[in-house]
Amino acid sequence: MAQQIFAYIVHKEGVADDSALELLAAAKKIVPDASVTAIIAGSGGDVDAVCNKVAPSFQEVWKIDNDAVSYPNAEIIRGMLTRILPEGSIVLAAHDTFGMDLTPGLSIKLNTSYLSDVVDFEGVEDVNLKAVRQEYSGQVSTHVLCDLSKGIVITVRPGSFQADESQGANGQVVDKTADAMAGDLPGKRRFIEVVEAEVGEVDITKSEILVSVGRGIEDQDNLEIISDLAEAVGGDVSCSRPIVDAKWLEKARQVGTSGQTVKPKVYMALGISGSFQHLGGIKGAPFMVAVNKNTKAPIFQVADVGIIADILDFVPELTDKVNELK
Amino acid sequence: MEILVCVKRVPDTSENEIEVNSKGTDIERDDLVYSVNEWDNYAVEEAIQIRDNIGGGVTVVSVGDEESEEVIRREMAMGADKGILLSDEVFEGSDGKGIASILKAEVEKGNYNLILTGAQADDGAGQVGGMLAAMLDWPYASLVNKIEVLDDKKIKVGREIEGGNQEMNEIDLPCVLSIQTGINEPRYVGIRGIRKVASVELPVHSAGDLGLSPDSVGEAGANVKLIDYFVPEFGEGAEMLEGSTEEIIEKLVEILKSKGGIK
Ligand SMILES: Cc1cc2nc3c(=O)[nH]c(=O)nc-3n(C[C@H](O)[C@H](O)[C@H](O)COP(=O)(O)OP(=O)(O)OC[C@H]3O[C@@H](n4cnc5c(N)ncnc54)[C@H](O)[C@@H]3O)c2cc1C
Repeated sequence: MAQQIFAYIVHKEGVADDSALELLAAAKKIVPDASVTAIIAGSGGDVDAVCNKVAPSFQEVWKIDNDAVSYPNAEIIRGMLTRILPEGSIVLAAHDTFGMDLTPGLSIKLNTSYLSDVVDFEGVEDVNLKAVRQEYSGQVSTHVLCDLSKGIVITVRPGSFQADESQGANGQVVDKTADAMAGDLPGKRRFIEVVEAEVGEVDITKSEILVSVGRGIEDQDNLEIISDLAEAVGGDVSCSRPIVDAKWLEKARQVGTSGQTVKPKVYMALGISGSFQHLGGIKGAPFMVAVNKNTKAPIFQVADVGIIADILDFVPELTDKVNELK
Repeated sequence: MEILVCVKRVPDTSENEIEVNSKGTDIERDDLVYSVNEWDNYAVEEAIQIRDNIGGGVTVVSVGDEESEEVIRREMAMGADKGILLSDEVFEGSDGKGIASILKAEVEKGNYNLILTGAQADDGAGQVGGMLAAMLDWPYASLVNKIEVLDDKKIKVGREIEGGNQEMNEIDLPCVLSIQTGINEPRYVGIRGIRKVASVELPVHSAGDLGLSPDSVGEAGANVKLIDYFVPEFGEGAEMLEGSTEEIIEKLVEILKSKGGIK
């Protein structure tokens, strides 16, 4: 296959995101001995630091260094990439909030195929890439075939590929700024500022025991059984996103990619299905207990101990027992 | 402000156990409870609130079969002014780009200033809004959790980024936004509301009405084809505790104690 493979790398404060080497691994799963070119946009010393850091892992590193992208505005970066990417390219990015912003439109502008949130690749058949995705909040997986002949833009689920730590590629850093800047840049969406998330009344990132509640709690009034259990075991209450969306608990208690990253010793997932965005906020391999009434809930694939039960009945009984033993 | 909101009818994952059929060609669709995609419902609520604040109209559109009528009517009961169903046999098997092409054709028949989609739907792809914007050459922002109308030419939007931080942008109209859950509190729709719109006429547009050639959409036009569904085996999975509730709780308390789960 003569198609060039690119990995768009996001970074913060001069450090490449963990997904960088995962994208490299993903690329090699598409084409086993792939030469992969990294693309890094930003401005000043930060970009140089990231370029130099990833250079040993990639065949080549394309640098875009300009104040226009000192904050990664996906509209501007899409315009730049459309200019510099060769026809028929295979472009990989992480399925994070930047990748979700950048890539669907990029595939249209490059006139390529598009696949998002891929968790695995199973090779190329003819001109078709075989990939694995998930649907229905991870309850089922699918195989998809995707035409590669005109190129493709792909986002890869963070954490799905084991980072490729091999460092033999010795890539050259190539400055693509002039090509990327040729002509007018898209100016219809202008970045203003980042507003930091509010700090809450408890800091769940420091908790050793988290009693975490999801949509299975059904009603705000039922939350009491969760705080009772948390109190009994000496832990803190955390939750999945729908609980915060419903304004039943404050945002600072949300575990996940768009919430807090926690690293407790013990994590109890009560009425939580186990979406990858939720699990993405749980680090340090805590001992995980899942209680769910759906035998097929994805949370049972990652938990250490699972119980099939209705939390509304089960949790109060558990609390009673814990209190009894005290 | 004329607002178009794109919605999809999906199996409700919080109400259903999704299972793969015996051949792996689809999920078991009998007895599934369907509803409007969660993200889309927030998008419709947001559109209604904008209209109520500054005037204009809200149109809800869906690509689907006649059963999608039910979700369009539900969103009209919420307060949308109009509904349009885009339906044709040749639309079947469309990939994300196909759906975006169909929607683009409908957008070009109207005079919209703002298009909202959900951030993602049941397939988790999150692709249609971004593709539609690129096809129209309109600016786009994804995962929007705040909208403030500045004037008739521009709006201010917040995007939810990692860690729950919010990226603020100013964006020119017309534009396409994909809406994240939590942006508002979608209103409740009662039976009475649904009854009120039950007989409102709902225009149905086919490929022909939209000027789309059949080979550009549907399976014929798709670059991405779904081959099968399966249930993956991940690692070892959890040790499932069994027995009576009492026995399970006894075991669990022992385990929790040994793992430091009870202080
Ligand atoms: C960009 C983006 C970022 C996101 N960030 C986050 C994030 O940071 N954190 C997060 O959590 N989510 C996040 N999400 C949302 C995520 O995709 C899921 O929608 C969410 O995690 C689902 O929460 P849940 O498991 O509580 O609800 P559901 O998926 O609805 O699961 C509820 C579970 O409860 C079970 N249940 C129901 N009733 C009972 C009962 N009585 N007893 C026992 N079990 C019961 C059901 O079987 C089901 O498994 C994000 C999504 C996007 C698109």
